Amino acid sequence: MEAILAIAIGVVASTGVWLMLRGRTFQVVIGLALLSYAVNLFIFATGRLSVDREPVLLGPLGATLQHYDDPLPQALVLTAIVIGFAMTALLLVVTMALRGLAGNDHVDGIHAPPGPRDDVPPAPPRHLPGDGT
Amino acid sequence: MSGPLQGLVSPDHLVVAPILLPMLAAAAMLLMRADRFRLQAVVAVFSTGLGLLLSVLLLLQVNAGGPDGTPAVYLAGNWKAPFGISLVADRLSAFMLVLAHGVALGALVFSTARWQRVGVHFHPLFQLQVMGLAGAFLTGDLFNLFVFFEILLAASYGLLLHGSGGARVQAGMHYIALNLAASSLFLIGSALVYGSTGTLNMADLAQRIPNLLPGDAALARTGAALLAVTFLTKAAAWPLNFWLVRTYSAATPPSAALFAVMTKVGLYTLLRLGTLCFPGADGNLALVAMGLATIAFGVIGLLASQRLAYLAGYALMVSSGTVLSAIGLEKPGLTGAALYYLASSTLGASAFLMLTDIVERWRNGGAVTAGFQQSREAPFLGRDLKPLQDLGLDEEQEQPTGKTVPTATALVGLAFAMCALVLAGLPPLSGFTAKVALLTSLLNPQGMGGGVTDVSINAGVLAHPNTPGVTGWIFAVLLVGTGFACLLGFSRAGIRNFWAAQGRGVPRLRVVECLPIGVLLAGCLALTVWGGPVLAYFEDTARALQKPRVYIQAVMQTRAVPSAAGAPGGAP
Repeated sequence: MEAILAIAIGVVASTGVWLMLRGRTFQVVIGLALLSYAVNLFIFATGRLSVDREPVLLGPLGATLQHYDDPLPQALVLTAIVIGFAMTALLLVVTMALRGLAGNDHVDGIHAPPGPRDDVPPAPPRHLPGDGT
Repeated sequence: MSGPLQGLVSPDHLVVAPILLPMLAAAAMLLMRADRFRLQAVVAVFSTGLGLLLSVLLLLQVNAGGPDGTPAVYLAGNWKAPFGISLVADRLSAFMLVLAHGVALGALVFSTARWQRVGVHFHPLFQLQVMGLAGAFLTGDLFNLFVFFEILLAASYGLLLHGSGGARVQAGMHYIALNLAASSLFLIGSALVYGSTGTLNMADLAQRIPNLLPGDAALARTGAALLAVTFLTKAAAWPLNFWLVRTYSAATPPSAALFAVMTKVGLYTLLRLGTLCFPGADGNLALVAMGLATIAFGVIGLLASQRLAYLAGYALMVSSGTVLSAIGLEKPGLTGAALYYLASSTLGASAFLMLTDIVERWRNGGAVTAGFQQSREAPFLGRDLKPLQDLGLDEEQEQPTGKTVPTATALVGLAFAMCALVLAGLPPLSGFTAKVALLTSLLNPQGMGGGVTDVSINAGVLAHPNTPGVTGWIFAVLLVGTGFACLLGFSRAGIRNFWAAQGRGVPRLRVVECLPIGVLLAGCLALTVWGGPVLAYFEDTARALQKPRVYIQAVMQTRAVPSAAGAPGGAP
């Protein structure tokens, strides 16, 4: 179980990092979202993996806590999910604003990096099919 | 009547008040119509002013506890530590609170002149940012620190985008993406620390980390390294600081002035966690190296800048690097001097960022945004790197006539010169005192008139702990060289903006814009005049940081308030 989870977290995180380093805003957004998924899984795993254990202490306690799971990482991950979700939503809004202002979806607001930035003429607004404009 | 109300105003709640006050103010402002700027401004200034007052009270209370200081501890959920979240105000937190509130109040008053109107919800966002700053300085819990970081970051995204426009949205895109990645590292780091120690309370962490098993200790150290990367990103340390100048120069001036405090949050957390939880960690040399590289990078940027806002950004970077190196060199006297330097440079940089706005508007004939902000041209050089018209010093000048300098121009020039003196570290202002204090404690830890004796020289002990060492010497050289380079950069900007400016009228000054700049610079003056007591406070602060025992005991021994019988909402 540990190996599967570790591999899964690793794959998601590395995909996220790779996408984050790409030049187009949508890829960056998806990359950051994937990275935050990996982080959330990782936080979840720091409470140690277990099956069939209650996270919340209910009723009379046993002699030890070995039949219970650590509830704290679950609370932490919930906070992290909410914050990450809100931030991704905000980033999407900024991405769309940048798309509208720059006329393309490169993170630097330019199409391709052919040379010194000052030499690149401002890109004309591009109208995609179904843009509604 | 006396029961609940008496509990409400008891002095114990002073610790949580700087967080609650801006939160309530922001909530109240959201209920108002978004275009009621005047009312919002009144509420905001009242809230931040009261916050400043409370912070000063907190500082006096902590300072009254003697040189070690007794940290004021507040158990937010009335759970005894390490359960629940504890808020701790020690000497360092109290000082940072005062600094943040002072700068925030200045920026707030400045914004009421015009910048609050260029978009909606400026004031609620500003209050939330103040709340995040206060929370980050006060919290004694690692995960709660993350939450307050996110609060101040979320508010800063809004403040950066305030006013919109291409430059801001683009800088905002980079800034948000970078900070989201950094937050992921923060989460991984704190999860590793929790997974290996089983606690998130900083005082409890400090107790447990020395007693960890080797395997767990390695995990905890990895977590600490990841956390440090996050804080170094916030503090704008060298390879992680390319975002700073673009972001700060794109933001509206009052937001940028508040952001000047934000880099200090990273430095604060590095100092706090470094001394409390991970003392004697392996990363100190890396910290010094990054600090020195940051100074060098900042100086080069400073010399290459043409725009005033860029100049301010690089000056902030130099200040970050200086504090970072001083923290990394780990000498109590040096840390104290670095805190003094931090106060002085933050006040100077904030004042300068606001002054930038006045100068730019003066140069652009009253236009809010300069033409060069839309185009990609530099303000003084054309595309072929030739000076633009009327700005080259070599051009034929008008014959000087006996024109007097208008008062407004003289005032702006005076403020510019004062900012330059503070940031470059020249006498007579606080920047100079700070540099002298840094160099003194670096080269001669025993203080003026003591220390370097014939004995230590005769013994020839070069590796004596009191001698600065190789990194120390590099730091000293950079510190002195930085002053010179800053002076060059600032005098060039001054010549271009004040002396070579022709055909320009008199800057239109408004009291609400000049007052905050004047007050922040007066703060620098006060730091100089009362240099002795202030420096003594910082040295006590640095010594208290080296003795985490007091902090740990204060947190762990604070008892939960017993619930009154039958009181609603009593603790279980």
